[in-house]
Amino acid sequence: MTTICTSTQEALSGIADGATVLVGGFGMAGMPVHLLDALIDAGPRDLTIVSNNAGNGDTGLAALLSKGRVRKVVCSFPRQSDSWVFDDLYHRGLVELEVVPQGTLAERIRAAGAGIGAFYCPTGAGTILAEGKETRELGGRTHVLEYPLAGDIALIGAHIADRMGNLVYRKTARNFGPVMATAATTTIVQVERIVATGELDPETIITPSIFVDRVVAVGDHQ
Amino acid sequence: MTTTTPTPSTDRPRTKAQIAAAVAEDIPAGSYVNLGIGQPTLVADHIRADAGVILHTENGMLNMGRAAAGDEVDPDLINAGKVPVTEPAGASYFHHADSFAMMRGGHLDICVLGAFQVAANGDLANWHTGAPDAIPAVGGAMDLAIGAKRLFVMMTLLTKQGTPKLVPACTYPLTGLACVDRIYTDLATFAVSPDGVEVLSVHGTTFADLRALLDVPLVDAR
Repeated sequence: MTTICTSTQEALSGIADGATVLVGGFGMAGMPVHLLDALIDAGPRDLTIVSNNAGNGDTGLAALLSKGRVRKVVCSFPRQSDSWVFDDLYHRGLVELEVVPQGTLAERIRAAGAGIGAFYCPTGAGTILAEGKETRELGGRTHVLEYPLAGDIALIGAHIADRMGNLVYRKTARNFGPVMATAATTTIVQVERIVATGELDPETIITPSIFVDRVVAVGDHQ
Repeated sequence: MTTTTPTPSTDRPRTKAQIAAAVAEDIPAGSYVNLGIGQPTLVADHIRADAGVILHTENGMLNMGRAAAGDEVDPDLINAGKVPVTEPAGASYFHHADSFAMMRGGHLDICVLGAFQVAANGDLANWHTGAPDAIPAVGGAMDLAIGAKRLFVMMTLLTKQGTPKLVPACTYPLTGLACVDRIYTDLATFAVSPDGVEVLSVHGTTFADLRALLDVPLVDAR
């Protein structure tokens, strides 16, 4: 059952120190900023964050990082023109970084949600990102053994939910949302609005309610 | 493998725009193409509107449109460089795991990337300088390098210090092994072949000068 929450505070209750948190978004598109603000207020520490980037500007993920709540970041692309919060923490040795090729990041999360124990992937074979990993020749090509990446929590920005928790996304803000929703013990979603069950065309639903635990409406983000 | 007519040689080194135009010229009509962040995005300006080339952006869109301007800007509609883009008729959206399945699964015809170095055997280094204080950030580079059917590289042939970037073996950390097919530079266009590096055109230089400049086996294929 999906819980419809009346506040982001309610949506973010009960998150333990040391949790692994999957955070949707690609840059700011699909970034669940309201949920991240509530996560800061909720106060858990020593978090591992799994996200494509490591924060932009001073809001959202960057704000969480600046509060010193994050022990480790697993991402594909931390370094950006506006990633000064992460850059500073990294250079001061205050945050651990695991860099994962973007497609491998998505597929490891997908694997976690799909019950796959591990998979062989050609990406990164022969590079420093494959060092120490098991490899195997398959179809004449070197593959690297990659393991699933599950979260205790997933924080996702979607467009509209119905009261059952079915989700639709908007344009390229979809990005990591649908895969992350499948891969966490508790998936928490912010949407612009929640509509009555039946108002969303079942043919258009991208994330079915089975993957969604809590939804909160935060209004138009634009 | 290649069937396109090579760009004719010219007396002067090519500008970035001319390099981009040469790449665009070699993209067959109807191709599915991913243009990497940075210089490769210039290629889009030179693809003929009637060529039916479909652009893929790894953050989850096919048939991506041109850069958005004014009222067209929508924070939910961005490209891999996080630049706002437009949504032409025939566009589609998908999540990250599907987007990288398009890449890794060999569905994209051509990918165009920038490079720090390319080796004579087609090894690519374009994601990390390996400097001790550099924050490693790979993004989708490794997935793109090994995923597309053909990989074109765009770069200046020499570093600002005058050192060749087409080398016997990469000294920077690798992105992918033996993955580059074509190298478009200011001074020449090259094709990586089992017999050596083929020179397809020269610009403001000569084959003899290139042979003296580069420490890789060259074949005159003009």
